[in-house]
Amino acid sequence: MRLPVTAWTSITHRVSGVILFVSMAILLWLLDVSLGSREGFAQVGELLSAPFAKLVLWGILAALIYHSVAGVRHLIMDFGVGESMQGGVLGARVVIVVSIVLTLLAGVWIW
Amino acid sequence: MVTAVTSFGRSGLSDWLLQRVTGVILLLWFVYIGVVLLGGVDYNTWDALFERTWMKIFTLLAILSLAAHAWIGMWSVGTDYLTQRLLGTAGNMLRLAFQIGCGLAIFIYVIWGVQILWGS
Repeated sequence: MRLPVTAWTSITHRVSGVILFVSMAILLWLLDVSLGSREGFAQVGELLSAPFAKLVLWGILAALIYHSVAGVRHLIMDFGVGESMQGGVLGARVVIVVSIVLTLLAGVWIW
Repeated sequence: MVTAVTSFGRSGLSDWLLQRVTGVILLLWFVYIGVVLLGGVDYNTWDALFERTWMKIFTLLAILSLAAHAWIGMWSVGTDYLTQRLLGTAGNMLRLAFQIGCGLAIFIYVIWGVQILWGS
C-alpha cells in the first residue's frame, strides 16, 4: 500500500500496542513462574534458551521498543515540537531508525 | 457514531492525559526492569527485588497504568475499525464483544498481577 511514512509509523504504533496487550499474558506468566520458586526461575531460564522462545521474546521486545519510541515521539510532539509536515516526516523516520537500532541491540542481547 | 460511554474517563481530554501519564509510568517500569536484567539476575536477587515494598508499589502502579493504558488504546482501535460505518450493524456487536473481551482480559491481568506480588 502506498502510504506516507507518517501513516506507517502511526499504524505500527497501534499494531505494536495490540501485540503488547496480548503479550502481557506471556510476560505476566514469566514473572509469575520466575518469582514462584527457585525451580521456576531455572525453568524460565531454560525455556528462554530455546530458539523459538528467543524469537518470540525478540518479537515482544521489538513491539515494546517500537511502541515506546513512538510513544516518546508523541510526548515530544505534545510539547509542540515537530508538528509541521516536514517535522512529522522527519520524526517518523527517526522513530523507525532508532527502533531498528534498539531492536537489533535487543537481538544481540538475547542471542 | 462514536460516543463517550465506553471511553476510560468519559472525556477525550481526560483519556489523552491519562494515556500519557500511564505511558510514562510504564516506560519507567520497563526501562528499570531492562536495566536490572542487563545487570544480570539470579533467583535470589530477582526474588529479593520483588519482595521490597517500593518495588511492589512500583509494579502495582505499572499494572494499574497498563489497565488504563490498554483500555484507552484498545478503545481507540475498536471504535476506529469495528464500527457501523465500516462493517454495518454487525460492527456494533463486534465492537461490544471486543470491548467486553478486552475488559475481561484487563481484569484478569490486574488480579493476576496482584496475586504475583502478594500471593504465597
